[in-house]
Amino acid sequence: MSRVRVLVGTRKGAFVLTSDGRRDRWDVSGPHFGGWEIYHLKASPADPDRLYASQSSGWFGQVIQRSGDGGKTWAAVGNKFVYDGVTGTHQWYDGTPHPWEFARVWHLEPSPTDPDTVYAGVEDAALFRSTDGGQTWQELPGLRTHPSGSSWQPGAGGMCLHTILLDPRTPGRIFIAISAAGVFRTDDAGRTWRPANRGLKSDGIPDPTAEVGHCVHRIAMHRSRPDVLFMQKHWDVMRSDDAGESWREVSGNLPSDFGFPIDVHAHEPDTIYVVPIKSDAEHYPPDGRLRVYRSRTGGNEWEALTNGLPQRDCYVNVLRDAMAVDALDPCGVYVGTTGGQVYASADAGERWAPIVQHLPAVVSVEVQTLP
Amino acid sequence: MIRVVLPAHLRTLAGVDGEVKLDVEGLPTPRAVLDALEAGYPMLRGTIRDQVTHQRRPFVRFFACEQDLSHEPPDTPLPDAVATGAEPFLVVGAMAGG
Repeated sequence: MSRVRVLVGTRKGAFVLTSDGRRDRWDVSGPHFGGWEIYHLKASPADPDRLYASQSSGWFGQVIQRSGDGGKTWAAVGNKFVYDGVTGTHQWYDGTPHPWEFARVWHLEPSPTDPDTVYAGVEDAALFRSTDGGQTWQELPGLRTHPSGSSWQPGAGGMCLHTILLDPRTPGRIFIAISAAGVFRTDDAGRTWRPANRGLKSDGIPDPTAEVGHCVHRIAMHRSRPDVLFMQKHWDVMRSDDAGESWREVSGNLPSDFGFPIDVHAHEPDTIYVVPIKSDAEHYPPDGRLRVYRSRTGGNEWEALTNGLPQRDCYVNVLRDAMAVDALDPCGVYVGTTGGQVYASADAGERWAPIVQHLPAVVSVEVQTLP
Repeated sequence: MIRVVLPAHLRTLAGVDGEVKLDVEGLPTPRAVLDALEAGYPMLRGTIRDQVTHQRRPFVRFFACEQDLSHEPPDTPLPDAVATGAEPFLVVGAMAGG
């Protein structure tokens, strides 16, 4: 029977949750790296026991950890993230120039084919790559040095590159998203980039339809249909059917179109999930009810999924990297909260139950489906 | 032999219990001690000082013999008591919540 391994990053360490394919009894391992902020853990699709973790601290900076045995043991690898060439400035919150400074790794995206190749999205926004299992890191500077770079500005969490989507069909095509610059796409493996934000509209920036400057919270794709992208923006849920050339709003009947994560069902490319949050000023669910919303039509028509989720007095948030799906049938959906719960549904969202309830605030959730 | 006391998080990262004992060639200075520390424990690179500029991280302090050495030039000789191993060189995480 298949197994599932859930990788959870929290404000105070990493946890590895495992179950068989029934997904009703879970073993919890951790905390790993107790006391450190774990922004993200992710496994190599090419070697499922090869895991990478971003470990950071305001005191001691960035550490990258690597495991070769599915998270049982770990070793620190390279943590030297040096921007390539002159860094210049981006905009600060008040619009004044601010020097580019490395703060942390937000997201690690291993190559689908090579366990030693992994991409890192960092704050201040840039994309790095390692081809030696994380021992050394090189920036792909064409992104940061895009002519718009000096106008990028941070979102509330920092100027982070938080999403990396490697197109499984078109070699060399990568989508990334930066808060608050927007989506960029490369078709030449990271040498050159162009903004992919046409159709986005954001209040709070001088030109609401500007080419760059949108606070994109998360983008997602289904591997079978990589030209279709879904986006949770600061406000608005969006969809692109042309690989980011243009976007249209699909918020439809959501109770709020503010939120952070968005993900796609493993087997149904038009089934997508979001977690509506009341507003950018109140980072908690509307009406104190934690509801995952599902659309089976690729947006616009949404249904609330509530069975097993707290429906009163709930004021947690679900951060941008804290939702994931497994590849079993039926598809499992996983959501981690800032209250330390990880909720799982083994039936595509119909019924939910907590795997764990008292972790530190959850920053990220990834899922592996294992033989 | 120089004795170095690390904060708990860095002891865990380096996989050490208690003090770290280092042989430092030449005149012991903060720079020489940190060079030896990072050579023996490469996983500590970047956690105490920047890997390129070698500037101390803002929330890290250096104490010894009841003195704050954080703002001394990195090539300042350490006190004799540290050089002889009578007193440790303390790497301290700034006291702050979180």
